[in-house]
Amino acid sequence: MFDQYIVCEEGFRARDDGRAGGVVEVRMPYYRGLTLSMVEAVDLVLDGRPVPPADTTLTVHGNTYAPDQLGRTTDDRWEMGERAQLAFLTDEPLAPGEHDVAVAVRLRISYMPVPGGGRDRKRLTLAS
Amino acid sequence: MTTHTVRRGVSLYSYQEEFFLRTMSLEDCIRAAADCGALGIEVIPEQSIPGYPHLTDEFVDTWHGWMQRYGTHTAATDLFLDTKRHPDRWLTLEEQVASIRQDVDIAVRLGARIVRAIINTSPEVMAAAAPYAEEAGVRLLLEVHAPFHYEHPWILQHLEVMYRTGSPALGLMPDMGTYVRRFPRVVSERALRDGAKPELVDLVVRTYDEHGDTHALMDVVHYRGGGPADFGLARQATHYIWSEPKAMLDHMPLIGHVQAKFYEMTDEGVEYSIPYDEIVPVLVDGGFDGHLSSEYEGNRHVQDAFPVDSVEQVRRQHAMFARLLGEQDPVLPGAGQTTTGTGSI
Repeated sequence: MFDQYIVCEEGFRARDDGRAGGVVEVRMPYYRGLTLSMVEAVDLVLDGRPVPPADTTLTVHGNTYAPDQLGRTTDDRWEMGERAQLAFLTDEPLAPGEHDVAVAVRLRISYMPVPGGGRDRKRLTLAS
Repeated sequence: MTTHTVRRGVSLYSYQEEFFLRTMSLEDCIRAAADCGALGIEVIPEQSIPGYPHLTDEFVDTWHGWMQRYGTHTAATDLFLDTKRHPDRWLTLEEQVASIRQDVDIAVRLGARIVRAIINTSPEVMAAAAPYAEEAGVRLLLEVHAPFHYEHPWILQHLEVMYRTGSPALGLMPDMGTYVRRFPRVVSERALRDGAKPELVDLVVRTYDEHGDTHALMDVVHYRGGGPADFGLARQATHYIWSEPKAMLDHMPLIGHVQAKFYEMTDEGVEYSIPYDEIVPVLVDGGFDGHLSSEYEGNRHVQDAFPVDSVEQVRRQHAMFARLLGEQDPVLPGAGQTTTGTGSI
């Protein structure tokens, strides 16, 4: 329902900790906020290459989680429409200019028999 | 029109597009509802209140301040039941009841006397949660949401609990998405934009509109070479239902709130798919004493190609309700004084 808004057009940038990689801002494709334990995956494909989940973290309102921490996090939420920071590592620093950014969010919605979530893909320009 | 006790309201779900994109604040949503004379506010705490389930006293004070400022009141809150909260196990019955109790407490703080219980809430959980809700002075109303109806076993099991316990805290909340007479064109047009085959879209829409057998539609669409967009549309056709609105009359004592789902209010001021001119008289004749609460859900079907204007869509629905309810001072087209960052459709 909000798939087209998953990848934010603003905020795509290099990491600020000096390591190679970047940060893309993402929103959850759902009409309510959700406890993080029900966020099953936030998968990133950068320029056609899948980024291993272990090389990503998700930050909601200042709290950072590795993907394998999400499942047991029942005391924090990704709020409706909230811009979370999906940080990722790459082998080489990101080249300036445009990148192809695809994000798939998988959610466990209790009233649905099949996985919820959605996917989005945009061309983003790295902030200089 | 005889005198009636139907009150108009809006679920803030209706403004989800603008709220998601932060072009409307929570206060903007309440003001927009009040501007069209819909004074009963229905809210999904998990949607509208960051930090849920922890509501600060400051937030609660602010909420009641808005109700006072705009002349509105909290008509209902909507609860969800995350039975699959943990990756490796289902919530126990006790945990499910605890979840409901927590949402009842939130409803009380926000001033709501009605809580929507989501359709996946089991009859056992309703029965176990009823005493707590009754004690709190709150009614737990099971939503009757498409594709369910009053003869469906799932609903019959709930009715059995409601009649057996006789709990005044239990009841029903019909969703008018159970009265989709013709296929929403915003949905079929979106499928075409997403690459569905015109002949398969036509098949799905025609089958639905003739109230034909939709059970095998996904299979037939598959046999005809359909892709994801065609499957999605065929699935939608199995999920919408049409039934006779008069069926609500048999259950009126249990019905405490109505969710007025809609997909498209046309330029002519009618809902394209749902015949509210037949539904509203049923509610009036049945002596329905509660809120007719807007639930706009068309945004997701038009957002790819058109500006979404939920405020205008809700305003149009309330102009229609005011007319159907015989209000003297209807909500006139263009009369809504609202602030929003979106354009008009």
